[in-house]
Amino acid sequence: MALTLSADARMVRDTAMDFFREKSPVTELRRLRDTNDADGFSRRLWREMAELGWTGFLVPEEHGGSGFGMVGLAQVMEAAGRTLAASPLLGTALIGASALDLAGNAEQKDAHLPGLVAGETVFALALEEGPHHAPHRIATAARQEDGGWVLSGEKRFVLDGHVADVLIVAARTSGAATDRAGVTLFLAPGDAPGVACTRSIMADSRNAARIRFDAVRLGPEAVLGRVDAGADVLEAVLDRARAGLAAEMLGSAEECFERTVQYLKDRRQFGVPIGSFQALKHRAARMFCELETTRSAVLAANAALDARANDAAALVSLAKAKANETLHLVGNEGVQMHGGIGMTDEHEIGFFMKRARVAEATFGTAAFHRDRYAALNGY
Amino acid sequence: MADLDRFRAETRAWLEANCPASMRTPMPDEEIVWGGRKPVFQHPDQKLWLDRMAAKGWTAPTWPARYGGGGLTEPEAAVLEEEMRALGCRPPLRSFGLTMLGPVLLEYGNEEQRQEHLPKIVRGEIRWCQGYSEPGAGSDLAGLQTRAVLQGEHYLVNGHKIWTSYAHYADWIFALVRTDPTVRKHDGISFLLIDMASPGVRARPIRLISGASVFCETFFENVQVPAANLVGEPNKGWTIAKRLLEHERKSIGGIGDRAKPTRTPESVAKELAGEADGRIADPVLRDAVARFNIDNAAFQLTRRRAQEMAEAGEPPGPLSAMFKYYGTELNKRRYELMVGAAGTEGLGWEGEDFDPAALKTTREWLRSKANSIEGGTSEVQLNIIAKRVLGLPD
Repeated sequence: MALTLSADARMVRDTAMDFFREKSPVTELRRLRDTNDADGFSRRLWREMAELGWTGFLVPEEHGGSGFGMVGLAQVMEAAGRTLAASPLLGTALIGASALDLAGNAEQKDAHLPGLVAGETVFALALEEGPHHAPHRIATAARQEDGGWVLSGEKRFVLDGHVADVLIVAARTSGAATDRAGVTLFLAPGDAPGVACTRSIMADSRNAARIRFDAVRLGPEAVLGRVDAGADVLEAVLDRARAGLAAEMLGSAEECFERTVQYLKDRRQFGVPIGSFQALKHRAARMFCELETTRSAVLAANAALDARANDAAALVSLAKAKANETLHLVGNEGVQMHGGIGMTDEHEIGFFMKRARVAEATFGTAAFHRDRYAALNGY
Repeated sequence: MADLDRFRAETRAWLEANCPASMRTPMPDEEIVWGGRKPVFQHPDQKLWLDRMAAKGWTAPTWPARYGGGGLTEPEAAVLEEEMRALGCRPPLRSFGLTMLGPVLLEYGNEEQRQEHLPKIVRGEIRWCQGYSEPGAGSDLAGLQTRAVLQGEHYLVNGHKIWTSYAHYADWIFALVRTDPTVRKHDGISFLLIDMASPGVRARPIRLISGASVFCETFFENVQVPAANLVGEPNKGWTIAKRLLEHERKSIGGIGDRAKPTRTPESVAKELAGEADGRIADPVLRDAVARFNIDNAAFQLTRRRAQEMAEAGEPPGPLSAMFKYYGTELNKRRYELMVGAAGTEGLGWEGEDFDPAALKTTREWLRSKANSIEGGTSEVQLNIIAKRVLGLPD
């Protein structure tokens, strides 16, 4: 498991960095926000990303992808994080592709993967039911009826929920509300009768939605994986999502940090650059250390997933915990070190702090992952 | 690549044939082999292992063979290290000659100095110590006052060094001395090699908050040192001094990663603060332990990443600047956690009432406080990162 990038991964990285810098700078997120864009992302850019092959990185070749893997996709995520680019990368290229790859049967793969790889089908994972990430706290129920299923319940914080063509719904088919067993994954059309979607406008201006399932009828072919055994698939899918999100967060943290260090050099008070003050220097140097250790953790987690290493889950929690803490720190310090101008909406630094908090809450806070890391390591 | 694979196979075979079984066990600190004119071996296997490794030059794997080194490339040296770790081989020799002086002699020493000193370092025949700090020159190291005045063929050295680790056991000392007091402080320093057996040299151990220590004060009273023992140019010693500090920081940064420790924050927490269903019972303590282990794991991954970058011939860039700071702060955290988790059992000082392992941890906890002071304080390290890496202005 290497902690340096292959030549191919470096090439993807360079391409992605250029792509987002040119086509989706932070001003693009501001535009989506200020125009109340109905999609919350640019479909034109999403198709370009698909043409670059990024949607197929987790899709095997026989289904039109390249199977390039997590380390490659992490480079794209990191580049997207640099400019806070809004896109279905996480929900579709990471989660949708992983769920189908890991649990889909031949018909499901044939039905969905071509559209996914082409950038035509948007996916969303309908999982959370409370304000905190809790993968097994599922009350949304699916009961069998007439050889099919009837789905009822409410999901919140569904990323890309209001634009999703296909929903991956985690529902309870047996057991009590927090049992690991008894969870089943379903593929449901976003516009199925009984699906009611309300967009949730989040602080980071990225897509999320609250979705009600009111006796939604699904056929037997809607089950993804095995009935009652969805938690294992969910865990694997979530680990990929967490590792990819951690890479995105690393990119955001790097960018926020570099902008802040530049500001310390440019901003003058008391006749000198404020970056000459030791109180600020030491805080900046500490952030540098946290960024470097986070980079190592993110790389290790993604490489471990590609290698199907035994300690992949622990490394993913390590990476997400580090990314959470580092982006939290760098986002806060970014605003503080920019002083008054950092409080204005006109300046972009605040966008990083707002994105930080939403990304931290997505798929597990630092405390969630410390708990998981400790459990996986036997204490 | 095929060459490296062959080297790996040969190396493993050689280690298996030549490393005595007793040298493949975890090494307690008191069994570290330091070498020297009067070397201490608790066990004949220690000497056998040192002699075999030194004969191949593998105590200093990347040094040129003409100076007794192994002549290995960086990737080969990494393979040797990996194979030694895989077989659990003890390092045959620890010495400041290997980690600090050797690399700067290779870079700045003249041919005679290299021929004279490097082979003896490789074989562990001379034990070196470091004469840098003085009572009045700590973080402001360049303010040092130990004087060396050239008188014909000799320098006459007078002064007082402090924190000279193991000076009471050392055969030679590499010292920073002031050879020109009239110029800017950085421009009047020279790098001098001094035989500790010279008349006028005296070393005295220092007692620390953790008890007896390896630190000494070293006094120089009219000590005559051959002028040929000056490394590099006179008054240009500061450049050498800084380079040596880089080597020192690299070795201190790795402070937490010796043999796998038997006492860890999680083991102490489970044993002394309570365990429930296989977990540390106190959720606050458990969270603190996980936080530490996560930071520590991310740091070890970062060291590995830097190593892999070096092996791939990529410039490590600014990465290594953080190792000393981060590694030592982590080590302090480790001991704070272990002592805190042990409660009053972790605060015993001596005697039969306490588990010897706990007593050792207490002393190590106190000793760890120096990690972020010695070899450049954490504050100085942060200044270096801010200036060199981030380019923040003075």
